Amino acid sequence: MPFVANTMLKIQHLRKSFGALVAVDDVSFSVERGSLVGLLGPNGAGKTTTVSMIAGLVAPEKGDVLVEGERLAGETDPKKRRIGLVPQDLALYDELSARANLRFFGALYSLSGAALDKAIKDALDLVGLSDRVNDRVSTYSGGMKRRLNLAAGLLHDPDVLLLDEPTVGVDPQSRNAIFDNLETLKGRGKALIYTTHYMEEVERLADRIVVMDHGKVIAEDTLDGLQSRAAGVGGGKATLESVFLTLTGRSLRD
Amino acid sequence: MTVIPLLAMVRKDLQLFFSDRRSVIVSFVVPIAIASFFGAVFSGGGQNREPARIAVAIVDQDGSAISKAIVAGAETDKNLKVAKPTVDEARDLVKKGTTAVAVVIPKGFGEASGQAFFGDGEKPVLTLLHDPSKSTELAMVRGVMTQHVMEAVSAEMFGGDQGRQLIEKTLPQIQGSSTMPADQKKLLVDMLGSVQRFYKDQPAGAQGAAPRRGLTMPYTVQEEAMTAGSNIAYNGYAHSFAGMAIQFLLFAMANIGVEMLLERQRGLWSRLRSAPISKVTLLAGKALSGTLISLMILLVSFGFAMAVFGVRIQGSVIGFLGISLACAVMASTFGLLVAALGNSPATARGVTTLAVLMMVMLGGAWVPTFVFPAWLQQFTLVVPVRWAVDGLDAMTWRGIGLGGALMPVAVLAAFAAAFWAIAASRFRWTEG
Repeated sequence: MPFVANTMLKIQHLRKSFGALVAVDDVSFSVERGSLVGLLGPNGAGKTTTVSMIAGLVAPEKGDVLVEGERLAGETDPKKRRIGLVPQDLALYDELSARANLRFFGALYSLSGAALDKAIKDALDLVGLSDRVNDRVSTYSGGMKRRLNLAAGLLHDPDVLLLDEPTVGVDPQSRNAIFDNLETLKGRGKALIYTTHYMEEVERLADRIVVMDHGKVIAEDTLDGLQSRAAGVGGGKATLESVFLTLTGRSLRD
Repeated sequence: MTVIPLLAMVRKDLQLFFSDRRSVIVSFVVPIAIASFFGAVFSGGGQNREPARIAVAIVDQDGSAISKAIVAGAETDKNLKVAKPTVDEARDLVKKGTTAVAVVIPKGFGEASGQAFFGDGEKPVLTLLHDPSKSTELAMVRGVMTQHVMEAVSAEMFGGDQGRQLIEKTLPQIQGSSTMPADQKKLLVDMLGSVQRFYKDQPAGAQGAAPRRGLTMPYTVQEEAMTAGSNIAYNGYAHSFAGMAIQFLLFAMANIGVEMLLERQRGLWSRLRSAPISKVTLLAGKALSGTLISLMILLVSFGFAMAVFGVRIQGSVIGFLGISLACAVMASTFGLLVAALGNSPATARGVTTLAVLMMVMLGGAWVPTFVFPAWLQQFTLVVPVRWAVDGLDAMTWRGIGLGGALMPVAVLAAFAAAFWAIAASRFRWTEG
């Protein structure tokens, strides 16, 4: 695959196995600047392993992760600063305030002093938690924790943001707030990868959709492109759910 | 580049530690409270304190001059607190644990012991009823009573009425013996004849005569505690504070190890590892914060002991700080080991509680290791706590110089290196 100037993230032939189980097998796709790629697949499809390899948590057996054409190499590669991770778990210290959490996570990227303070302010302003900055996270609602989880991934102003099911267990109001945040980030030119079980989230947010099953990419297209594939089979305009069923033979929540 | 993340990890861990009120109380207040108690128990006689006397009941069923002398001797002994109940009362006192040993002097003891003193009579039985949980007191009472019985019997035999009567009765029997060899007969007759002449020169029951003295210990004892100096008393608080501080800093570090497992469960390690930081830096951050917390626990405990109980570093201050630091690093890496070997927070918590208790028990944190059997004293050299406690004892009340700190520091550093190596190679960074 040739590198296109507007491509922010490029995944090339990633492979990872755990013993006899091949979790990810020859996965390739790319994400453009200012776009969101929805990564869809049932449980065990290899989505989280793929995201983990992009984030540098798991070393691939084969393949490369390129950020603006530069290959990521090793756990201390400074290019990892260009990637932000919003994990599926609420990876926060409940016993500390939001500010203390963000000071810590920002310092992991060597942010300090006024730069760190500004990063914290910007991130909290974006997710709408500035007024609760000094409160302990344990006093936050589930939705607020999700928003803070997102803010923690944004502190170092990454070019690529990996969002692993970022709306699990969130009320509709907080979910909409997160969607608005992601639209803002797209507008700022960030490249986003978004894994989820919720079709409607992908339908609303994704510019392109990558469908994975059994560790492989089985389809990659825009929403319209995928729907037109299924429409040929059924006649009318297909839903993403029916597209998924057509491609994998099973429901997304299986 | 790694300095800012490293310092951030330390600051975060300190914030987490001090935000947990329970952890702070358990780590700082509880060891001081327990060490104060143990220090009071084990501080010994100290400089001005009278040692505790052993409660002994003596039942005199004989009423002879010898048995009365035994009781009188025991009553003046500074090691004993003597009561004189009946034999049934004595059994009850021992059963209830209020008296460690009861000595029963049976009827006929005085006469029989006198005859046995010269070797040809059957030895009478002195019964010691004792509390089985107080074997140390039993051994001590046995030794003390041996002294008083020997003194009373010999005094009576060499100067009392019973001795005179025994000689007058025995001498003709020997002279008339047809079975005893002539040379032995002559020696015994000469000896007993001399004793008889000695009695005749000293009238029985003479008024104003000096009290008779029997065989006594042919020496006196001068006790000198080998502490930091001849003018410095042993301070039991130095040992108890060392032991308890080490115990609770190990608990605190084991808890940090369990917290690492919880952090893994909560996905925090994923977030940390997505930053451009090496695994070694992440573990080093934990080790550094653990070392600081351990050092604080140790120094706060000793600071309290110095301020309140007069514990002093009689040896090398540098050595004391070196051992403290080595101990803190060892404890901190022990926390990493817990995180590396623990499958889940729940199982790790249970296993490490047991491991810490075993280490502090065998390491002499509760009671000094010199009370252990010899083989156990050798065995406990493989326990890091033993080196930490012995090292701190050496620098405080034993008053040993810097040289005495080198070996404990080296051994503790070796344990820390081993714990680190295992932790770094075995720690699972992802859940599942």
